Order: sequence, then C-alpha cells, then structure tokens
Amino acid sequence: MSVLTFTERGIFCPAGNFFIDPWAPVDRALITHGHSDHARPGHRRYLATAPAAPVIRHRLGGIALDTIGYGERRRIGDSLVSFHPAGHVPGSAQIRIEVAGEVWVVSGDYKTEADGLSEPFEPVRAHAFVSECTFGLPVFNWAPQAQVLAEIDAWWAANAAEGRFSLLGAYALGKAQRLLAGVNTGIGPILTHGAIEATCAVMRAQGIALPPTVPVTPETDLKAHAGALALAPPSALGGPWARRFGTAATGLASGWMALRGVRRRRGADRGFVLSDHADWAGLNEAIRETGAERVFVTHGYTTVFRRWLADQGHDAEIVRTAFEGETLDSAEDAP
Amino acid sequence: MKRFAALFTALDRTTRTNAKIAALAAYFTDAPEPDRLWTVALLSGRRPRRAVTTTRLREWAAERAGLPLWLFEECYPVVGDLAETIALVLPQATGTGTASLSERMAEIAALAQMDEPARKARILAAWDSLDGTERFLFNKLITGGFRVGVSQTLMTRALARATGIAEADLAHRLMGDWTPATTTWAALIEAPDPAAALSRPYPFYLAYQIEGDPQALGDPADWCAEYKWDGIRGQLIVRGGTHFLWSRGEELMTDRFPELAQARDFLPPGTVIDGEILGWADDRPLPFAALQKRITRKSLSKRLLAEAPVMLKAYDLLEEGGTDLRPRPLAQRRARLEALFARLPDRSPLRLSPLLPFADWAALAETRAAARAAGAEGVMLKRAAAPYLAGRKKGDWWKWKLDPLTVDAVMIYAQAGHGRRATLYTDFTFAVWDGADLVPFTKAYSGLTDAEFREITAWVRKNTLQRFGPVRQVRPEHVFEIAFEGIQQSPRHKSGIALRFPRMARWRRDKPPAEANTLDDLRALLASHG
Ligand SMILES: [Zn+2]
Ligand SMILES: [Zn+2]
Repeated sequence: MSVLTFTERGIFCPAGNFFIDPWAPVDRALITHGHSDHARPGHRRYLATAPAAPVIRHRLGGIALDTIGYGERRRIGDSLVSFHPAGHVPGSAQIRIEVAGEVWVVSGDYKTEADGLSEPFEPVRAHAFVSECTFGLPVFNWAPQAQVLAEIDAWWAANAAEGRFSLLGAYALGKAQRLLAGVNTGIGPILTHGAIEATCAVMRAQGIALPPTVPVTPETDLKAHAGALALAPPSALGGPWARRFGTAATGLASGWMALRGVRRRRGADRGFVLSDHADWAGLNEAIRETGAERVFVTHGYTTVFRRWLADQGHDAEIVRTAFEGETLDSAEDAP
Repeated sequence: MKRFAALFTALDRTTRTNAKIAALAAYFTDAPEPDRLWTVALLSGRRPRRAVTTTRLREWAAERAGLPLWLFEECYPVVGDLAETIALVLPQATGTGTASLSERMAEIAALAQMDEPARKARILAAWDSLDGTERFLFNKLITGGFRVGVSQTLMTRALARATGIAEADLAHRLMGDWTPATTTWAALIEAPDPAAALSRPYPFYLAYQIEGDPQALGDPADWCAEYKWDGIRGQLIVRGGTHFLWSRGEELMTDRFPELAQARDFLPPGTVIDGEILGWADDRPLPFAALQKRITRKSLSKRLLAEAPVMLKAYDLLEEGGTDLRPRPLAQRRARLEALFARLPDRSPLRLSPLLPFADWAALAETRAAARAAGAEGVMLKRAAAPYLAGRKKGDWWKWKLDPLTVDAVMIYAQAGHGRRATLYTDFTFAVWDGADLVPFTKAYSGLTDAEFREITAWVRKNTLQRFGPVRQVRPEHVFEIAFEGIQQSPRHKSGIALRFPRMARWRRDKPPAEANTLDDLRALLASHG
C-alpha cells in the first residue's frame, strides 16, 4: 500500500486515514496553510500548525481544529506525521508522513527565499515528494526580495513626493503582511483595505510584529494621509474602493508580474515581481534537497515540469487537482 | 542602449498620455542625435529587417540557458513573446554593454553580412552583456518586431515639444520613404529638404464613427455628404513630372497601381488628391478581396490587372499649383477639385466621389440605408467650413457606417492570443449549423471586454474536448453574435464563405446553441449582400 494515494477528494493517507488539503468534505483533514484553495470548510476535524491556526479559524469559523508545533511528531493511525516550515506564509507547512519507514512529504505551497516574516523553508529528506509547481517554467526567476522591496520603496517615495497615493495590490493573506514588514515605513503612513486589515489583526493578535496601519473606512479622511501607501487585494484596485484615492499610482505585487503581457493586461502602472511561491531555481533546488526518488507535481505547469523532471532522471508523475493545472488566471488573484 | 531602455520602461509603465509625452520629449532633448533619429524611425514603424531567423534564436537561447529546446518552446506560448521569452530564460548578464542604440542598430545591420557562426557569437555576446529590459529590446530589434504603445501622433507631439517645430510641420516631415541610413536628425527634422519634399504626402485626416444619429450636428446645410467607400484610402501626388501614391499607413503604393500613372497626363504638377482606391468594373466597386490581391501578390500579372482594374475616387484637393490648400474650407477645396476634374477625359482612372445632396437628416438616413446597393459601406459627413486637419480628430468629419451584418454562431475552437493577451483565450473559431453538423465559417478575436475574455478563458480550460497543438476544441455551448462588414464566396473555406472584419458583437448567453444560425442563413446573406 502506498503511503499516499490521490483520490477525488484530494491526497489521502490510507495508513492514517486522513487527507491533506482536501477539496471535498472529509473526516480528518491536515491543512498546510490558510489559503482558500488549501483550507476549505466542511471537514469534521482539522489539524494545522499553531501559527497557521488563527487565520484558518478566522476564515472558517467554529471548526474542530487541533494544532501541532513545527517538527513535533504525532502518530495518526499507523502513520507518523510532522509539519515543517514551507516559507510560504506565516504558519505554512510541508507535511511529512512516515509509514513503516517510508517517508513522503507534501509541500503545500512553498518558497525557498526567507521573507523575514514566514518561518523559513526547511528541506525535508523524503522518498517521495509532492511538490507544487505554480511557477514551474524557466522564465520565472525571482530577484532577491531586498531588491524588489527597494523598487517598491522608490516607487512609493516618488509618488509621495508628487502628493499621490500609492495603491498596491497584494493578496490579503501573506503577501500584504510580507510587504508591511518589508517596506520602509519612514516614507509615509500605510493604509489598508478591510480584507487586509482583518488578516493583519489576526496576525498581530498571535504576536506577529507588523508596523501600524490605518484601515480605510467610509469615514477615513484620506487627505490627512496624503502620499500614503494603500494596500488592497488586487481585485479592489479597479473598483469603487480605489476611486476614492483620485489619480493614484497603482501597482501589483505578484510573481505573474514577471510577464509583461500580464503586467499590461492587469492595467496597473507598475508590476512588482514578488511571489510567495518558489521560482524555477527554487523548485529545482527544493526537489534536489529532498533526495526524493519519486516526485509528484501539482498546482501549476504540471505537464511541462513533470517532463523536465523526468528528463533530469526523476520518476515524476502528475497529481490532478480539482482544477485544471494552469493557474495563471485563478492564481493572479489567489495565493 | 541604457537611455533607450529607460525611455522604453517609462513609456511601458504608464498609460497616461502626458507622462508618455514628457518621457519622449525629454529623450528627444537629451539623447544623442543618432539615437533620437533611430527612435523616431522605430516609433514610426520603420523597423530594421530581421537579421536572424527565429528558429536559430530559439536554439541559441535554449543552448545558452542550458535548457532542452522543447522546454523553451513550452515557455514561449505562456510568455507570448519570443524576445521576452529569450530575455527571461537566459542566465544573468556577466558584463555591461555600453553601446548606444544607434551603435547597436549598426551592429544589427552588420549581422546580415556575417556567416552563421559569427552571427551567433555576436548575438551570444550581446545577450551576455545585457540585462532585463535592454536584453528584451535587443531581441525585439533583431527580430524586427519592435512595437510600443506610442502612436505616431503622440510621438510627433513630443517631438514638437522638444524641438519647438509645429506639430503639423513635423508630421509632414516624418512621412515618406526615409530610414536612418538615408538621412540624419538635422536633415529630417531641422533642415529644409526639397528632394524629400517632392514625394512627401500630407498626414491623412481621419474621421470618427458618429455616435447615434447626426441630429446633434446641427443644420444639415453646414455639411457635405458622400459615400464611404470600402477600398484603400490613398493620397495621389503629382509633382515635378512624377507621381506618388501613398496609403494611410504611409506605404508607397505607386507600383501597385500602374493605371494611376496616367494621372501625370491629366493633372498639372503640384496637385495632391485625397481619395479612395477601389476595384472598379461596370460602373461599380468590386469586392474588397479583388483589390486586396493587387496589394498582396508579388507581381502584377496582366490577368490580375484585367481582373481587378482600379479607380481612384477623389474626395478632396489638398494641393493645387504647389499651394497647400488644407487651411481652406472644404467647400472651396471641393469647388476647385470639381473644376479640375471637369477637364478630365472619360478614360481617366480618376473620378469624383459624388456629393450626396440631402435636404434634412431623414433624407440622408435614407441615402445611407441604400449605400450598400451603391457598393459603399455608409456615408461620410464633412463640415463645409472645415480645414483639412491631420490625424483622427473629432468635430468636423464623421463616418456614418451602415450597421454591420450579424449572425449568431457557436464557438467550437479556442486559441490563446499573442503579446498582451497571451495568457487569455482570445482567438475563436465559430460555426453554424448544417443539418446536425456544426460547420466552421469564421474566426474572430475582438469585441469582448477583458472581463469577458477572462471568463471565457476560465471556461475554455475546464471545457476542452481535445487539443491540437495550441488550439483547443471546446464544448459547443456558447453562442456569440458575430458582426461583419461584408460577405463573399470563398472556395478556400470549408463553408464556402468568407467574412470581412468579423468580430464578436455580443456574447449571447440567452441563446442555446441549437438556436444559432444555419449555413443556409449565411447563403441567404451571401445572395443578398455578396
Ligand atoms: Zn495554493
Ligand atoms: Zn498558498
């Protein structure tokens, strides 16, 4: 019996009788992190890391959620499971499952560069590795975070000097807080859209240090915050929320901004290439470090990435998800 | 090339016209003159010839990046642009190139003379010395596909700001058959040049489609109406014993239409006419396809000339006796045009495009409704008191085209777009019913909003039946209203029918596929409008 099988409800461990990030209701779900394509409602029991739990509770309400520390080993049925930092967002984990000495690791979403906020990615040795490959093409090569943050700071400072607001679109869970923790807060005040402020509040309550922000409400006097950086989910940039800021400069922070076509189509002035997923080199390096003989690829350019891995001598297979592999359009607005 | 890359980045990052003009004007003020000239050339569509095949570039880029060619090929459709794909997959630059734009262009021109190993070495060296935007631009330039979102009008405005020369004057100077190899910044922009002046056309004045009906234009007596012909807009110049025929796209078409050489016998030197070139037989226009052959075929056979004889329908007189008439009112220009044409013999390939008299707007609406019968696609309205302006301007000229023909069709294939739309499915094939079968009859790729393209893209991904390379066969579920300007018989198409300017007018979410039109409906349209 295989350690993990791939079913219609998601990744299943027969020895432990649990699922990982399932997309249909199950009895027991191990959750890698709080993004909506991983943590879904309707399961009877949940298990996630302690730092991931507050956001998952915030999103899913009164669920039966048990927590586990990074590296802590727990026996579930005939399996031994542990969670290890994935570096994707605060609390995110790779899940290691050991059955009769055979080790499989499910990556969830991950990035290999330390972002200063999330627990940094830790490679875990495994016989088989289930890896995401959202950016599994060699055209995706991220610049160091410090360089991208410097570009954002320069952009913000230039807009502030002209008295304009800087509207920056970023996913509400993870990316927004990474930006908050990374930008130069000396440039000006930081305003937040309600969706982002809510996540920030949850994280502050669990002890994650974030700089002060001013949530934008209908009563907020925007003039009093001229030149501010305003963080919003990407979908809010084209809507009525953004219109209040007048002729603001607009930007988007996403890995997809590496492509000029996407950058232009999204209609923002600036695209900042900042992703919470591993780039091409990161994916290859992570897979190499697991030492895995078998690699299963999911979420992303699976067909191409599988063939590349097979070319490199791996025993590689594709794991289908509820959605067809290509994620460009869905992922632009999602994790 | 750093300065040019900075300009490109500034232009690429903003959609605001004023910011673009400011960036361009600064460049035209402080960049070296040879670079300015090249920039003007590139922004006015004067691209260098492709110096190397894209097949080689793909191979070299994959090799340099240490990737198998198949993987490079998989990246290309995702990025949607070859130059960008190459720039993205290559390893970081190891040096810094200092060559200016014009030096790079000279280097690119020299590639054509080299043998392949030398050419490859040159290109690899350039890739190794350029990073990011510069590398992308270099690739654009060697593939001859440079484009940036700057219209010629906008560039001219920036040039005017930088040089203090009037916009109209500059627009005139930039027209014609020059390249950076045949001129200099000083000669093109600053100095008077009588030889170039001989062939130089005037910028075309272009009309907007009228919104709603023309009531709002006021007193009908202030307006002249004529047919809007469906041919090729052209400017015929007779100066100094020779003649030139220019297209709206600033292409010299003189050789394509040898019939018009007769104009030299009939028109005095210093005459410039704005008109429409039409295929013409039995006193009415031929379908546009007949004319198209005259432009696309490599050589003009006797047979082709006989099959598709052409006629220039004159709209306007821009120059007479060497004097620029454009500032004068249309009524005056028209009177002079008519006087000039009164002297032309019947065998002349030049005819007046007749004015259409109308007492009130209702009468003109009737004339417009009958335009198709006259072989026209609507009517034009021009203010009698208006001068001849340059470019597309609102106010004095309006086109009032007939409503397009439409059919409701089922989408059966989808393909990703290019460039800006490479990540979306935007190119679709549509079919109509022939009994129980769906017969493809046209492709269309425009007319939907970005949001609609995003929605249909998500749908295509989940409803693919089969893939044929980049093309996906999709579930025949969605009906679209396809609008088009003309319909013709075409043995090359499976349906036997070809459409002119097809586009998606509406997504008919209300219609089930069974209610789409049939091939017989199309044949009926062909009989009535073909
Ligand atoms: Zn995900
Ligand atoms: Zn995620």
